[in-house]
Amino acid sequence: MLDDFFIRALIAGIGVAIVTGPLGCFVVWRRLSYFGDTLAHSALLGVTLAYSMEFNIAFSVFIISSLIALTLIQLQKRTNLPGDALLGLLAHSSLAVGLVVIGFLSFIRFDIMGLLFGDILAVTVDDLLIIWIGGALILLVLKLIWKPLFASTVNYELAEAEGLNPDRAKAIFTILMAAIIAISIKMVGLLLITGMLIIPAAMARNISSSPQKMVIYSIIGGLLSVILGLFSSLEFNTASGPSIIAASLFLFILSLLNIKQSIKLKN
Amino acid sequence: MGSDQNILVKLNKAGFSLNNKWLVKGVSLQVEKGKIVTLIGPNGSGKSTTAKIALGIYKKIDGSVEKYTNKVGYVPQKISIDWTLPLRVNDFMVLTESLDKESIDEALSLTGVIHLKDKNLGDLSGGEFQRVLLARAISKKPELLVLDEPVQGVDFTGEIALYELIKKISDELNCGILLISHDLHTVMSATDHVVCLNGHVCCSGSPMDVAKNNEYKALFGEQASQILSRYEHRHDHVHTSEGEIKKN
Repeated sequence: MLDDFFIRALIAGIGVAIVTGPLGCFVVWRRLSYFGDTLAHSALLGVTLAYSMEFNIAFSVFIISSLIALTLIQLQKRTNLPGDALLGLLAHSSLAVGLVVIGFLSFIRFDIMGLLFGDILAVTVDDLLIIWIGGALILLVLKLIWKPLFASTVNYELAEAEGLNPDRAKAIFTILMAAIIAISIKMVGLLLITGMLIIPAAMARNISSSPQKMVIYSIIGGLLSVILGLFSSLEFNTASGPSIIAASLFLFILSLLNIKQSIKLKN
Repeated sequence: MGSDQNILVKLNKAGFSLNNKWLVKGVSLQVEKGKIVTLIGPNGSGKSTTAKIALGIYKKIDGSVEKYTNKVGYVPQKISIDWTLPLRVNDFMVLTESLDKESIDEALSLTGVIHLKDKNLGDLSGGEFQRVLLARAISKKPELLVLDEPVQGVDFTGEIALYELIKKISDELNCGILLISHDLHTVMSATDHVVCLNGHVCCSGSPMDVAKNNEYKALFGEQASQILSRYEHRHDHVHTSEGEIKKN
């Protein structure tokens, strides 16, 4: 018999995987994995603010991550520093500020491990609503901006020249990244969210021949990772986030076998 | 000719600078429906920059651009595609606009690459990719085509065929074309208006006017203007026999 908390975790994980699948493809295509990390690090600050002001965690994380993303865009325009230095600056300073704020909140008992690595026990019915409604909104918006976003991912100038407004699509995508981090933080934990975005998509890249297929395989990979990961988390009493990511790594390794085979066929 | 409704894009003393250096300055030109305007000039004379100004890719410009159409097809000079994307020719064709199968097949057939439809973009040769780029630009039946060295890397016979195709498209779709090319004698056969650039407009007019211009001769040398005159001779042949031209 499965416990209620486990069923909730499963429903939550499935919701998250459906959304991280397509977003993760764009993270891989647009080389945004470090950007995802930066937003995830800044999520700690969002969580602490949520605790101190008794605010909804997902909402607070969304606001802080969006602010960090907008700050990054402004810094890119106004300084000559390279992009990765700016990302590092924002990631570590927001993480540090978040940890300092935790220090001030000594009256609240924090489950730091749960925050960093995810905690299936913590998923509530409210969280499920946030994940599924938020996730549906993210997918809807992604569908609306798909054409300009995808075209500018392939080639910015073609998209711009042929009237698709890629800058707007990029800005909206940035907000979607903040949103997916906000809704998945409880499941996967802030240190591993980017893994949930990248690893299923990377696995999908190994076995797909078109962008649409890659998105579908990425979703399937995410779903399998969540199911495998959560059951093993229950079985071995491990944290949910690392278990899910380890499961996705396992799938990635399987997909490498597929590449080897197709290379052999070519020769 | 020149009635305002026919104008697709118009540059008024347009210029663009990067890091306090002018890439091109004071360019005025217009592209009209059914006309081919060709930009010529040495390397670094601002041809691609001018095209990007006309397309609205560069926004912080000097002067002004008036664009009267959103149906634009663009073949850039350089395109770097990231191979983290699994992208087949067929996916690339519908990149900026959804098209039905017939339009895709027709465009790919016109540029002679229909057999590559399901191939991965990364597996194409330079010339094949160039043909796909051109097919993509024409498949959406644009009102304005901007072609930045559209036949680079294409084999010699293919080059002539593609220039003929470009001319045919301009007639059939009645679209305006802004063409950039180094290949003086092939281009001139179809061009209505030539703009010779060297950081600014050094001269412009019909191909023959430009060929006679002293600044043009100074820029390209006496030989280049001979190419144009020789071309004039070849032009007579086009109407009598096409086969002979290809022999020349």
